[in-house]
Amino acid sequence: MSTPTPLPELPPPVINVGILGWLRRNLFSSPGNTALTLLAIYLLYLAIPPILRWVLLDADWRGTTRQDCTSQGACWVFIKVRFDRFMYGFYPEPERWRVNTVFLLLVLGIACLLIKSFPRKLWVGTFLLLIYPVIGFHLFSGGSFGLPVVETSQWGGLMLTLIIAGVGITTALPLGILLALGRRSQMPIIRAICVTFIEFWRGVPLITVLFMSSVMLPLFLPEGVNFDKLLRALIGVALFQSAYMAEVVRGGLQAIPKGQFEAAAALGLGYWKMMGLIILPQALKLVIPGIVNTFIALFKDTTLVIIIGLFDLLSTVHNAATDPNWLGFAIEGYVFAAAVFWLFCFGMSRYSQNLEKRLQTGHNR
Amino acid sequence: MSATSPTRPPATLNISNEVIIQLINVNKWYGEFHVLKDINLTVRKGERIVICGPSGSGKSTAIRCVNRLEEHQRGQIIVDGTELTGDVKHIEHVRREVGMVFQHFNLFPHLTVLENCALAPMWVRRLPRKEAEAIAMKYLERVKIPNQAMKYPGQLSGGQQQRVAIARSLCMNPKIMLFDEPTSALDPEMIKEVLDVMIELAREGMTMLCVTHEMGFAKTVANRVIFMDGGEIIEENEPVEFFTHPRSERTRLFLSQILHH
Repeated sequence: MSTPTPLPELPPPVINVGILGWLRRNLFSSPGNTALTLLAIYLLYLAIPPILRWVLLDADWRGTTRQDCTSQGACWVFIKVRFDRFMYGFYPEPERWRVNTVFLLLVLGIACLLIKSFPRKLWVGTFLLLIYPVIGFHLFSGGSFGLPVVETSQWGGLMLTLIIAGVGITTALPLGILLALGRRSQMPIIRAICVTFIEFWRGVPLITVLFMSSVMLPLFLPEGVNFDKLLRALIGVALFQSAYMAEVVRGGLQAIPKGQFEAAAALGLGYWKMMGLIILPQALKLVIPGIVNTFIALFKDTTLVIIIGLFDLLSTVHNAATDPNWLGFAIEGYVFAAAVFWLFCFGMSRYSQNLEKRLQTGHNR
Repeated sequence: MSATSPTRPPATLNISNEVIIQLINVNKWYGEFHVLKDINLTVRKGERIVICGPSGSGKSTAIRCVNRLEEHQRGQIIVDGTELTGDVKHIEHVRREVGMVFQHFNLFPHLTVLENCALAPMWVRRLPRKEAEAIAMKYLERVKIPNQAMKYPGQLSGGQQQRVAIARSLCMNPKIMLFDEPTSALDPEMIKEVLDVMIELAREGMTMLCVTHEMGFAKTVANRVIFMDGGEIIEENEPVEFFTHPRSERTRLFLSQILHH
């Protein structure tokens, strides 16, 4: 018997690879699928052209008053005229460079963290977490370094939305982690405190929290003591979201096998080192989708501050739409607000996907 | 120096008179269930002890008490001169000196092999990273997988993972090594590579407490074999005697069950 010669490796049939293969696999794999594909194409054909016409082709871009909006499409003039209000609220115009500086710093800092090869990420991170908030606070509110004071009631627009969301996110995550650890603690008192805290805040609607912070809290405070309204809202949002975050993180902690705790303990790691080096990195990685979900919800929930009289992005848009000079352009305003919110939320979502991919270490338990 | 058996020279190698582990009337309960009943065991430095017994006999629990992964409720456990009590300082001191290898390896999946090994020297012994990594490489070479150092545990075979786990423990330069069924979760063809590492370790004089069903390993390496059943130590003997002339009926039954298939 002769040894069989190995068969040559042939390229796969043309119809199975490339664009053709992709189309066949994904869009036309069966008669039913083909019908659905055709239907979807038809629906897109119906929907896209009118949207495109309204948003772009027939839209008005130039001008300064409503009289400039003559066509059938969207009146982006409205957004253009009111843009600064949407961004800064009532923040005085000559002082807006302060806001710009703060956000520019943030963008620079985040960019440094996102660029893979950037050196000294630890320093940048520490700066962002510890020093940056102090700088931001002083620049925003003024009163030091010869900067004029700007009351928090003048803060508004996207700036306020980002402040509430930023403070909420950066305090809710660490607080949530501590609460989650506390809820799983061996010490009954700590556990009881954490469970009570989480269940209380999770059981109350955010609107109630905001109402209580702005209406009821002042009643309980002694005469003359007055907290800033924004500060109260910030604390309310942070505590509320930390309760949610705690449960998300606890879900991750529960998914870590007992063996990981034992191996860490057997090596002589104490509680905090075990948690910080072994357990939390794995647990947080597992619940990135949940964490980002909470972040996104938090970001959108900031719009609720409208009910306590803070002017975030959505409420400035809402106000502008009720301006008699611009009646009838509410749709443009809300579309713009929606687009801004979507941009931020989508950004967070993409970043989390990227992070998950990057942290994948080629194992599946 | 110690009781020797002339036919098996490795058995007496490096055994000193210094007592390193002492269990005195140790009792433990899981709820109502009495898992460990009056366990008494004295281990001298350099001894290699194999503990065997049917599942549920308390053998794993017993060695897990030695580094306080399990708490005992009555009796005394003294490891390297430190008594294990609720005192966290004492527990952490003992854990620094006692390495442990688990049935399911328990490597840290989010860290590379090198980071797994260098972690404890860095964070527990407080060595600088360079030094810790040098130690890690040294032990990875000893378990013959230095070329896998940059991989993640999930990319290795079971046998390789268990060897990394051994290296990780050795990086802490422990005085005692505990093995909790180190080969039970491995495919047959990988058992040997792990046992070879363990035999090597025994030759170098490491004090070892080993829960295993590898009777071949017990015969070549152990200087004492302990048989546990129902939470008690039933029999304790040197390996040749243990396998050829078991004293108790239960031991005989157990041996016939594990050796006959």
